[in-house]
This record gives sequence, C-alpha cells and structure tokens, in this order.
Amino acid sequence: MTYKSDIWEVFIQSKNGLAHKHVGNVHASDKKMALDNARDLYTRRNEGSCIWVVKTSHIVSSESEDSESFFDPANDKVYRHPTFYKMPDGAKHI
Amino acid sequence: MSTLLKYTLRIADNSLILGQRMAEWCSKGPTLEEDIAMSNIALDLFGQANGFLEYASKIDGQKTADDLAFKRDASNFYNFCLVEVENGHFGNTMIRSLLFDTFYLLFYKELSKSQDENLSALAFKSLKEIKYHFRHSQNWIIRLGDGTKESNKKVQESLNNLWKYTDEFFEIDNVDQIMIDQKIGVNTSLLKKEWTEIIESTINEAKLIKPSTIKMITGGRDGKHSNKLSSLLKEMQYLPRKYPNAKW
Repeated sequence: MTYKSDIWEVFIQSKNGLAHKHVGNVHASDKKMALDNARDLYTRRNEGSCIWVVKTSHIVSSESEDSESFFDPANDKVYRHPTFYKMPDGAKHI
Repeated sequence: MSTLLKYTLRIADNSLILGQRMAEWCSKGPTLEEDIAMSNIALDLFGQANGFLEYASKIDGQKTADDLAFKRDASNFYNFCLVEVENGHFGNTMIRSLLFDTFYLLFYKELSKSQDENLSALAFKSLKEIKYHFRHSQNWIIRLGDGTKESNKKVQESLNNLWKYTDEFFEIDNVDQIMIDQKIGVNTSLLKKEWTEIIESTINEAKLIKPSTIKMITGGRDGKHSNKLSSLLKEMQYLPRKYPNAKW
C-alpha cells in the first residue's frame, strides 16, 4: 500500500512551562494523523504533556554555507557573554 | 460457573481476542507509524484483558489468569462474534475497531460506576485507553470514507459486512440481568441510542451510508463462535499448550 504522505517534525513538551523539544519526525497525510502518529511513536512512556507537529516543509532552516556569516562573528565578542559578572554563592542553575 | 465469573470473562475475552487480532498486524501495517499504532492498541487490549482475567482468576479460585487465556477452548470463550472476525484489509480492521471502540467507550463509562470495586477500577483505567482507540479508528474511517472512490467503496463494503455483528453489544440475557439487578453490570440496551448516534454522525462525516437492518448474528457471549476463533486460539495458545511448563 502506498499513499501520499508528508514528513512532520515532532516537538514534545515534557512538563508544563518547559520549552517544546524536537524529538524526531513521523510520516502522515494530515494533521490529525500526524498528531496521532507522534503520540504513538514518541509519548508511550509518559514523556510528555504536550505535542507539537509541524510539517517539515514549513520549517525554514539556515544553510550550512551560511554558518560562517551567521555564527562566527560572535567568537571575538566576549562582552556578549556574561562572564565578567561575579555570581553570588547562593545562585544556582546559572 | 458463577454469574460474576461469566460476566467478567465476557469483558476480558473481548479485549483478549481483539488484542490478538490487532497484534496480527504487527510487522504488516500499511506504514511504519500505523504498524506501531496498531501494536500499541493491541498491547493496551492485552493489558485490559490481563486485569479482567486476574480478577476472573480470583473469583474462580483455582485457574490462573494464564490458564484462562491459554487453556480454554473456543466454546468457553465469551467474546462478541465481531472481535474474532478476520482483519481483512486495513479499512476493514478500522471499521471493526470503530464499531467496537464506540461501544466499549460507552460501556466502560458505565462500568466504572459499578458497585463491584474491582470492575469499576478496571473500567476506569481502561477508559483512558479506549478513548484513544476510538479517536484512532474514528479518524481513520472519516479519512478513508471521505478519501478516494476506492477507499470509500472498500470501507462501505466492510461496514455492510460487519454491521450484522453489532446487535450482540446490546443483548441482555440472564447473566446481564442478575448483574444489573445487583448494580454490578451495565444495562447495555440503554447504550444503543447513544452508540447509534455516534456511529451515524461518524459515517455521515465519512460520507458512508448506514447499512439497512439485516439478519443479526449473535451467540459469541455464550460460546457460539465461527471456526475463525479456533484458528486464532490455535496460534495464540500454541506455546503454552505445546510446552505447558514453559517460563518466560
């Protein structure tokens, strides 16, 4: 059996308030099927509280040839990193 | 056999036999995703069957849940005739699931109010799973019915073929009546209206036509089955029967 299907990227939010995290993709021919398939493939062991599915073709990605111009300029600008601040002892998770 | 035991076995057997049918799809699904979905549903159903069989074993006092699953013959299984029907094509399996899931959704909702704490707890736990099974089969029937000419024709044929098994859901016999009187069992005859409404609205959305009333086939709940159930059991029970002391 063959039928037309798209690829959808799957994002799972593990707990309320946290960001959705990319976990993989599924094939599906409509959005309900994409959500059902994502649920079956990625959340069978209590992994999530919310699922997003997005058609892969709707994602805009930077190209690898752009990576120099996109990311390298940050290298010599240390002042963009908050490394000059002294952290108080009590502050955790920073 | 006590009334409560038979009542519990009927519930367990529906899940067990349908689970076995769904498991037959494993590695043969139309897509990888659907293969996993159907295997997941099969596992849910085995889990439900296990819960009810454990309770049946407790009522029985002698046989274990495994004995009940693997050492009974077809004539001692009390599942609906519908669930033993062979899978056929994918659309056929989904029609069978839709008819069953819709009923079990309503059934478990009522059973979760049972005066029998074990049955009500098992029903409550199973209800969450059946909600998803229903959503899965309903989405597929709408998709296939309202899909191509060919998919519509195929699921319409399946609907026409399987319709004759649906009256069994709503039958009330002596066992049911005693359980209803004790506020343990569900009066399924009262569920027919809502079941019909859900099925009608689903098949309307799926651009399918409700089959006309035909001669109904029942009897599964009293152990009267097609020879398809014997073939299913032969495969399902092969290992424990051939190697009675096998451990895994």
